[in-house]
Parts: sequence; structure tokens; C-alpha cells
Amino acid sequence: MTRTEILNELKKVFAPYTTNKEMLAGISDQTDLIRDLKINSANLVDIIIDAEAKYDIEIDYDSADKIINVGTCIDVIMEKLNQNK
Amino acid sequence: MPHYEELNFGCRLAGMPDFEWEKLKDYISDVTFYGLKGTNIGYGLIAALDAWADSGVEYETDEPRWETGCIFGNSIADTEAMKNVIIRVDNKEAKKLGSRVVEQAMNSGATSYITGRLGLGNKVVTNSAACATGTQAILMGYEYIKHGYAKRMIVGSTEHVDTYVYGAFDSMRVLSRKFNDHPEQASRPMSSTAGGFIPGSGAGAFILEDLDFALERNAKIYAEVLGGSSNSGGQRLGGTMTAANSTGVIRCINEAMTNSNVSASQIDLVSGHLTATNADRQEIENWTMALNRKGKDFPLTNSLKSMIGHCLSAAGSIESVAAVLQIEHQFVHPNINLEDPNPVITDMVSIDSLPVKMIKKEVNIVAKANFGFGDVNSCIILSKYN
Repeated sequence: MTRTEILNELKKVFAPYTTNKEMLAGISDQTDLIRDLKINSANLVDIIIDAEAKYDIEIDYDSADKIINVGTCIDVIMEKLNQNK
Repeated sequence: MPHYEELNFGCRLAGMPDFEWEKLKDYISDVTFYGLKGTNIGYGLIAALDAWADSGVEYETDEPRWETGCIFGNSIADTEAMKNVIIRVDNKEAKKLGSRVVEQAMNSGATSYITGRLGLGNKVVTNSAACATGTQAILMGYEYIKHGYAKRMIVGSTEHVDTYVYGAFDSMRVLSRKFNDHPEQASRPMSSTAGGFIPGSGAGAFILEDLDFALERNAKIYAEVLGGSSNSGGQRLGGTMTAANSTGVIRCINEAMTNSNVSASQIDLVSGHLTATNADRQEIENWTMALNRKGKDFPLTNSLKSMIGHCLSAAGSIESVAAVLQIEHQFVHPNINLEDPNPVITDMVSIDSLPVKMIKKEVNIVAKANFGFGDVNSCIILSKYN
């Protein structure tokens, strides 16, 4: 799975948690989840839970802490997917 | 409620509001809506936001509204929604619960959602006094404004009687069991055949304002809160966890009149608690003693519960909405299902005081009271604004 594929799928994962739909449509690695997408920091937990279910992975506390923007989110997902192989 | 039969409940009826969950999307953002499961919160939000819209004050604000607070009551979070939490935790899946459970499980859930939607910045309190909750919330908001702490308070209460709460009441044998095949006749306050109450759900809300503040913005004034009282019978002198101490009730009504500068003879209408249990008789006797009025002199008295059931913590706010509407439109609503009034009651007060048909008449002052488990009482005096 490529970074672009994951990025496009993440748009759906983020959708329920952001009212900023325009920003969501144009996200890049640098898009900050809290600052740019205005996602409530408490909802990051929900995004992690949804991503775990979507990719059948487990995101531990240390990995979760690394998720700040779209790029780091993709990093963590790819890392966990590779561990599953 | 067909599935109540499967659950082996004795009573199988409920006064449920016609409520479309999706309609909440018109009131809150999609992000807030997503993950909202607490029915009591949904009811409370819509009641409060409809009241707000009716008040004519703008919805949106960037700054907190420092002059406006909220006192909203409920008795319990939606246990049906919490069931999912229990199952997940028991399955060792607590990690999957997500961020939205705590805010809905906490007692201040409804208050918090209302406050957040409207940006309220004054005192925000969740009150809980069983069936006296709604009336107490109105009184607390009134007192807060009267003492000068706030200019405006959203007050009210919300209740969703889910199957678990319902089952617990059913087990107490205080619910109506003999009219399962005739739902419209099942809630029968003050009647000889009253055999318990019908649980109801919903929410009621008011926007209370300081009079000068309301006049300044040309607000439509439905009615005025003249005063009230909230006390407890202390579970002494005949009062228990579940039964009211009559001395406490009478004292509460008397204090409400004194605090409102209203004499018993001025009361046009009593909006009673009157649930359709054995307590109805004692309640009427308490009113006769508190008002020192009986027989033909007893004021017109009605119970909204005959129409919508007993909404527990929401009863006080919903019934107060009904009381205010009777002031606004100058009528007294009937007690339906009172074709066979309890003779013990009609020995104390004239049958004409318990109308079974709608009466068009001048209604200036209404005494609204509710009494709850824990031996708690609340009474407010509402008046037409002159």
C-alpha cells in the first residue's frame, strides 16, 4: 500500500471529526490534525481506534504520541502494517 | 411498547416523545452528532435550543456569553447507551471505547452539550432531585438571577426512561398494570381506578431573564416567576425515601407563596404532581391544608401526567411549560381519564375543581409543584406578566 493510497483513505477516517471539509479534501503530509483540521485533541483517540480497525493493526501509546500531522499518521500506519507482514 | 412484554414487565406502556434522532443534525455540528448516543442529552439539547430560538437571541457567538448560565437537571445517564460500555469493558476491549463516552456518562452531560452549543459563560449547574428536579432547576435559575449573579439562565430538565430504569420502577409495583390494552386510558391521576403511573420521557426548557434585561431587548414575556421554595421533609414525620412527609410538603407550598407575595386565595390553578398512585390522595389533602382551601373553594387543579405520563426528572420542566402555556393562552387543560374520581379526593375538594374538559378562563397565578424520592419538594409560583 502506497503513502498516497493511505492518505486518500485517511480522508474518510478523519471526516467524522472535522468540520473543515475543504481543508480535508486537500490534505498533505504537512497538514496538522489539530491546528489545520481543527480536530478536537480528545478525538485523536477515536481516529486511532478507527485506523486500528481499518488496517487491522495495533497502535501502541508511544506510536500514538508520534501522530501530529497527516505525514506522521501515515508513517505509523505503514510501520505497523510492515510489522504485520 | 411491544418488547416490554418479552421483558416480562408488568406495565408495558410509556409516554415516549415522537423524536427523530437525525433531526439533531439541524441543531449541532456533524462532528458533535457523530458519536452522540445519550437519548437524554438529545432531548435536553432540542428543548434548550428550541427555547433559545424562541427567545430571539442569536445562536452563534465567538465570545462566551458571560451573562448567561444554565441549570439543567436529569436523574441518570442513558443506561441503554452505557450498556455498550459495560459489554466492551467486560470483553477486555476498554481501549476501543473512544473519547465520547465520559462526556455522555457524566451527570452533567446534557448541561455540557447545551452550554457548549450556546457558549454560556455564567454558572453552569446540573441538578438532580428525582421527580422534583425540573421545578427545582427553574427555581435555582430564578434565585441566581434574583441575587444578581446572572442576567439570563437556561433552566430545565431531561429524562429518558430506558428499559433498565423502567424495569426498576416496574419492580417497585408503582406502574399502571391494568390498562396495557388501553394505553390512552392508562394514566389516571386522582381516579378510583388509578393503579400506578406511566413512565414518560422528554425534556422541557425555559429562558429565564432579569426583567429589565428582557424589557431592554423587547423580549416576548410568556410569564413571570414570582418565587418558590425547595425543601425536604427530612424522611421524618411519615416521610421516607419514597413517601413525602406532609409537613414538609405543606411548608414548601407555604414558603413558595410567602416568597412570591401571593396569598392562597389568589391561586387560579394548581398544577399538581399527581402521578396516579396512592400518593394522590395525600397530595390533595396537603394542598387543602397548605392553601387552607377545600370543597368548592379549592382551586382548579390538573395533572399533565394524565396525558403524557410521568417524566420523572423532566416532569417539573415539561409540566411548567404546560402551566405557562395555560397562562399564555388563558385556559385550564382537562384531567383526562378522570371519569371515576377517587371518592376520598372528592370528599375533600369539589369535583368541579378537577376539570375533565378544557376550560377557557382567566389564569393569572399558577402554583406548580413536584415531589420526589428522597422526600424532596419543589414549588414555584408562576404569574401572567402584567
